[in-house]
Amino acid sequence: MDIHEYQAKERFRAAGIAVPPGEIATTPEEAESIASGYGGTVVVKAQVHSGGRGKAGGVKLAKDAAEAKEYATAILGMEINGLTVHKVLVTPAEDIDTEAYVGVLIDRKTQAATFMVSAEGGIDIEHVAHETPDLIRKLTVDPRYGILPHQAFWLANFLYDDPGLIKQASKMIAQLYDAFVNSGASMAEINPLITTPGGDVKAIDAKMTIDDSELFRRPDVTGMRDTSSEPPSETKAREAGLSYVKLDGDVGCCVNGAGLAMATMDLVKYYGGTPANFLDIGGSSNPDKVVAALEIITSDPNVKAILFNIFGGITRCDDVANGIVEATKRIHIKPPIVIRLTGTNEERALEILEEAGFPAYTSMDAVVEKAVQLARGAA
Amino acid sequence: MSIFVDSNTKLVVQGITGRDGSFHTRQTIEYGTAVVAGVTPGKGGQTFEGPNGEAVPIFNAMDEAVAETGANTSVIFVPPPFAAGAILEAADSGVDLVVAITEGVPVLDMARAHAFARDKGVRVLGPNCPGLISPGRAKVGILPGQIVTEGPIGLVSRSGTLTYEAVHQLTGAGLGQTTCVGIGGDPLIGTNFIDCLEAFEADPETKGVVMIGEIGGTDEQEAAAFVSAHMSKPVVGFIAGRTAPPGRRMGHAGAIISGSAGTAEEKMKAFEENGISVAERPADLVGLIQAALA
Repeated sequence: MDIHEYQAKERFRAAGIAVPPGEIATTPEEAESIASGYGGTVVVKAQVHSGGRGKAGGVKLAKDAAEAKEYATAILGMEINGLTVHKVLVTPAEDIDTEAYVGVLIDRKTQAATFMVSAEGGIDIEHVAHETPDLIRKLTVDPRYGILPHQAFWLANFLYDDPGLIKQASKMIAQLYDAFVNSGASMAEINPLITTPGGDVKAIDAKMTIDDSELFRRPDVTGMRDTSSEPPSETKAREAGLSYVKLDGDVGCCVNGAGLAMATMDLVKYYGGTPANFLDIGGSSNPDKVVAALEIITSDPNVKAILFNIFGGITRCDDVANGIVEATKRIHIKPPIVIRLTGTNEERALEILEEAGFPAYTSMDAVVEKAVQLARGAA
Repeated sequence: MSIFVDSNTKLVVQGITGRDGSFHTRQTIEYGTAVVAGVTPGKGGQTFEGPNGEAVPIFNAMDEAVAETGANTSVIFVPPPFAAGAILEAADSGVDLVVAITEGVPVLDMARAHAFARDKGVRVLGPNCPGLISPGRAKVGILPGQIVTEGPIGLVSRSGTLTYEAVHQLTGAGLGQTTCVGIGGDPLIGTNFIDCLEAFEADPETKGVVMIGEIGGTDEQEAAAFVSAHMSKPVVGFIAGRTAPPGRRMGHAGAIISGSAGTAEEKMKAFEENGISVAERPADLVGLIQAALA
């Protein structure tokens, strides 16, 4: 789960990191009043779960409250990478001497939290790591000890020469690790970490991604979810316990298992179609889940055909067939449905589906090809 | 032969009295695997009844279960909040292999559990995996016994039902398996592709390997380099997720393209550059492995 910059900053402040003040505005008037409270130059920043906010015109320096209002008017409602901006953060502008990068993420290879720091701040760290790896210092944190003082110092020492700055940055790196662990994050980033002419080190931007598996034990973080930043269908899917990602094609997909669901989408493309979604219905044959899945898929007006691909291993195919028949009795579905069921009790399942008038298949290729044809015919 | 589990496997089920644990324990016993013990804290002294009236003793703790029964392998069906703790306990109990089925274990918990298990020299499979099956010998986890058959193919995959799909097609074409291993869809997993490839290379009965990857991370790319450097047996592959958008998690916690890293394209390219034939569709795997074995 992604959280907004202002939310990540709250987590950072709670860990003791020096973060300049800031307040959230949802209207231009609020932005104006916050800016006049601070006085002087402020930054108006779009709060949206996307990188490239600056490039998109979502971050502006305003010399006074009137200008803050003007920029907030432009930014609120703006679309950045398909996401609408509903909130802006208004924060006093800082005098910047230098910009650095400090980030920590779960690294698959070392199976541990790994820090990356660079004196090249305000940049795309992935690009730097690829082009000029010498400009990055990396450290793997042993999960049993956490980050040790000399390790934090070793990272800070790579960023600065001045002992005062190194001392502040060391402390901040340790605090960032605390914020990361205590938020159940999989990634936390300060980009840029600045130094001021007065010799202070401050975090002026913040980014954090939360491990979804942590949410059950972190109600404070779970409360930071912003459902306005995702399609309503994805919110509904999560509440129904389904794993769903909306795409922009026209073949609706309902599959059991994440790997098979991806392979099904790929096969739709192979046969010349485009998948409308990723949806993993899980191992359940519960009609309620099938109803929820069908409602979610058909809420997308682009969907021209719906395809079920179920491999009954543990799940019995006849149970799933009954679930589909039951679900389609409860709600009216306009696009044609084609179903592939194979595995345990598949013969019985095919009988059930044929009796109910559904075209049923046992081959994944055949059903996908058919769904693509139907979508094309309906288009 | 087979890898990791065989007819010497003596299994203890952690979470044997739960809904999933009890269901799959019955399936496992039905398949003929020796389930020697169950562990559910607070239910020690009771017994679990198998499908044919077998009485499996239940213990409060793993050390008792291992001491009393000589179990050498554990399978975990414990809910996510307690799963990492169950892995730590298993790794400390004297078993050689811990198979963690549970999905949704916090990644930071797993970082600690993996480090602990590595220090103890215990192999962890998973978490968030379907387990493994050596046809005719042992089944540990949730892979359905009826779709596999004995034969010369080793199969390793990050997915569950996509594995069933591939196994189903192999079995349908008369190509049986030595062992089918689901390594799991999480970002931090205990046993990776290379561990399985190494074991298949060393297993005299395995003649060829099918490797099924997906988007996210670089495990497949490293496995591809391992294949060309260290394997004499043919390997064919499939990668799921070529239509997946970047930055979105596709069901599995580990199935996400981060920035420009972990795409299906780069994985398929790594396979091809290292002599691993890549199937366009799951249905093409059979033809590729037949050609490689010919």
